[in-house]
This record gives sequence, structure tokens and C-alpha cells, in this order.
Amino acid sequence: MAILSFEELKNRCGSKSVYEVAQEEESSLSEIEVDVVRLKVLEDLTAMKAAIKNGLKSTEKGISGWCGDDCAKLRKRYRDTETLFGKVFEKITAYALATAEENLRMGRIVACPTAGSCGIVPSVIIAVAEERKIPESKQIDALLTAGMIGLIVSNKVQLAGAVAGCQAECGVASAMAAGALVEMLGGNTEEILQAAALAMKNILGLTCDPVCGLVEVPCIKRNAFLGVHAVTAAELALCGVESKIPIDEVTDVLKRTGELMSPVLKETSTGGLAKTKTALELEKVLFNKN
Amino acid sequence: MEQKSIFSVISPIMVGPSSSHTAGAVRLGLMARNIYKESFSKVKFVLYNSFATTGFGHGTDKGLLAGLLGYTVDDSLIKDIFNIVKDVEYSYEYVQDISRHPNSVDIIIDDRMKISGDSVGAGEIRINNIDGFEVNIKGNYDTLLLMYKDKPGMISEVAEIIQKQRINIATLHCDRSSKGGVASMCIELDIPAGDDIVNEIKKLSDVFFVTNVRKLK
Ligand code: SF4
Repeated sequence: MAILSFEELKNRCGSKSVYEVAQEEESSLSEIEVDVVRLKVLEDLTAMKAAIKNGLKSTEKGISGWCGDDCAKLRKRYRDTETLFGKVFEKITAYALATAEENLRMGRIVACPTAGSCGIVPSVIIAVAEERKIPESKQIDALLTAGMIGLIVSNKVQLAGAVAGCQAECGVASAMAAGALVEMLGGNTEEILQAAALAMKNILGLTCDPVCGLVEVPCIKRNAFLGVHAVTAAELALCGVESKIPIDEVTDVLKRTGELMSPVLKETSTGGLAKTKTALELEKVLFNKN
Repeated sequence: MEQKSIFSVISPIMVGPSSSHTAGAVRLGLMARNIYKESFSKVKFVLYNSFATTGFGHGTDKGLLAGLLGYTVDDSLIKDIFNIVKDVEYSYEYVQDISRHPNSVDIIIDDRMKISGDSVGAGEIRINNIDGFEVNIKGNYDTLLLMYKDKPGMISEVAEIIQKQRINIATLHCDRSSKGGVASMCIELDIPAGDDIVNEIKKLSDVFFVTNVRKLK
């Protein structure tokens, strides 16, 4: 039976972890052993790590020529300056940009949940795993946890900017990452869901208005912002802060907000950032070039 | 409600930047390859609407061609496909037509077959027309595709042949040009039909074309 709400997930968990329920569900749905499910998750995790590695090496720009070297700028600063927030923050922002830029240059990435939001979950899981020396099997648990959160949301609302704005792509990615992080840091099911709720609640209404319809502006940098956003949510949840509005209700609001959002702000590039004076100038140059 | 896999949110592994405009394009190309099957020397892609306006920035053009040549969505070589392809002549046309889906393409192979399809989101695709006939191939099932002269009883004759092999039919879709004219049938199957089934259907009178379209991985 599909798990259609977080309340149901909680009931199903009982004394089990979210990831255990996730791998059992997937095992019965796809008719494969739990070990095979975990191997497939490992394949994703390995591809995520490779994308970060490739992204960190490259400064190649995308076809538009607008983006592709921001990660390098960030890393230079981290090398030369003592930053305010320490290593985990540095790595999350750098890894998120590295992945999103790799996506831009047609590199190999893992859609999580989408290609536009591909940097958020990996940056959080991998940065924290490296800094806290968290073993691979725990990283798999974390990715399964993230997947379960995304899956339940996607049962209610399609995770596409064209349907519900960027709240359903980068926003949901951030909620997935927040839950994954709590799992890695030893939190329980309640704390995992609180973290996801807090992350999601604070991105409601996020629009999708990419300049020229390309997955570049604002998408790439947004991955870094929402990676860090997930950490705030996880820290709050881990010290017992609760979302006054339960996660199922927050999910319903995300869906409803998506419906209320004008089509102009849902991936049509007919409004918002995409129709600013500067965006129109960029558009002119780009379309003349191509 | 159909139960979804966890890998619908933490996959696929793909080359960027867009699931609809890049991965979807590769899958449309792959599907056309599975339908056409033969080798070819010339292809023309007609890109519609959003595929036409933002396709160049998403590598839609490269994805379509790479898919048609058999590259899968996660192949890092896709971005260099124009430098790799040697003996296939390819061209692109860009069209705005609101009667078509926002992400839509016609793939015309060797001036012999025209395959049309849409990228419907999250990398999912649908082939909806082959040489003017409505079809419905989504690539998640093995599909038996046939063209025949419309006549009573054809569906049951074909179904019987499939039934004999104990293969379950998932869905069946028909279209015809006119009563007694040319008709098409798409049958989605739970397991792929073997050559024996294809050959037996071929032997039925008034069948012009049968092919076994493999599902996408
Ligand atoms: S702004 Fe739109 S295209 Fe960009 S990541 Fe968000 S949802 Fe995707």
C-alpha cells in the first residue's frame, strides 16, 4: 500500500526508522530484495559524488555563457579567507554549486527530485558525511529518508516548477535534505519530519521564473541557498523545536499555493525574474547569438 | 492511485540540465530508434514550441540525436554528440504551433518514417503519432505496434495469437484513417512478445506492418 501521508508514515514506522520503511516499501513495490534497493541507492550516491568531483574541477560555462564559474569563486574565497560559518557551510555551498553547474554543462547528475534542484540533497548529505566521518551505509539511510519525504509530497503534488513553482522543486529538495540530515545526526522519526516541515514551511510560495526558460538563473545559486536552509531546519528540529503546523498540512498548503500561483510564475518565463529589464536584455543577446 | 517508486524522486542519473528538455529528448530519440529499428543515414527533427525556443540551451537537439543513435540518458558523451556523429546527416527545424504540446517533436528518418512525440515532464515521454496514425507508446511497457487494413475481427485475431503465448495485455489502443482504410493498433504487454508472435501476426491477411517496440530502461 502506498504511504500517502506523513501521519501514515509515522504509524508505519513505529519503532522502525524512516529509511527502513522506505526500503521495505520499495522492495515490495519493485519486487526486489532490500539489499538490491540499497545497491541502487548507492549507485545514486556514487553518481552524486562523481558529479561534485567533476563540478569542483571545472569552470566551463554553459551554452548561454552566464554561469559555470561561481563554484570556483567560492572555493577561492574559502581557500584565502577564514569564513564565518566553518567547513560544513563551505562544503554545502560549494558542493551544491558544483553539482548545479555540472548539470548546466550537460554533465552527469542525479535528479533529486529534479535536475534543476539536483545540488541540494547531495551537498548536504555528502558535506556532512565528510566532516563528521559518517560511513557509507548511513549515507544510504539518509538518501532513503530524503526519498521517502519527497515521495510522500509527490503523491500529493507533482514536483515540477510548471505545476507548483520552485517550492515543489528546490523547496521540496530542501525538506528532503533536512530530513536526511537529521537521520545522519541520529535524530528520530519525529525530528526528521519536523525538520522537513520547518524547511518546507519556509519556502512556501517560491516561484519558478527562470530567465529565458533555461535552468540557470536563478536555479543554480538557489541550490546553495536551499542546501544551507536545510541545515537551519535540521538544527531547530534536533533541539526540539516543532512546526506548529504539522507536515501534512504544510504539504497541503504547498499544493494549494501552487494552484493559487499565477501561471506567469510557473516555469513559463513570462514574469518575475524572467521579465526584468536585465533578463530581457540577456534574452536579446542570447537569441541573436543562437 | 498508482504507487510510485522512491526512485521517482532520487533518480534518474542523467546528463543535465533538464529532465523534460534533455532526458525527455534522449528518451524520445531512443523510442524512435526502437520503433524504426533499421540503420539510417539521414534524420530531420522538427522541434515545437518550448522545445524550439529553449531547446538549444538545454541540449534538446543533442539529446534527440544521441537517443536516436542509442545513447542513454546518463551518457556523458551526449554533450559532444555533434563531434562524434560521422555518417548520419541531421538537421533541425524550429516551429511554433499551439495545437502541439509545449515540448513536442517530429522525427523524420530517411524520409521514410515520421515519428511524433511529446516530453510530458520529469523525463517521461509519449509517442503519439507514426506516419499520420495515432499511437500511444510511453516506453514503460513492451509494445506491439501494427498497421493493417481496417476490418472487423482484427483485434480478436491478434489478441488470440498473444493469448496463446499466455502473455497479458496491459492496454490496447486503435486508430484508423477511415472505415475500411488503414488502421493502427498499439498493444502494451506485461512481457515482450517474441519473434514467433510477430511472425504469426505478419501472416494474417491485410497486415502491412508489425513491430515489437521494446520498453525504455
Ligand atoms: S526556478 Fe524553476 S526551473 Fe529553476 S530550479 Fe526552480 S523550479 Fe526548476
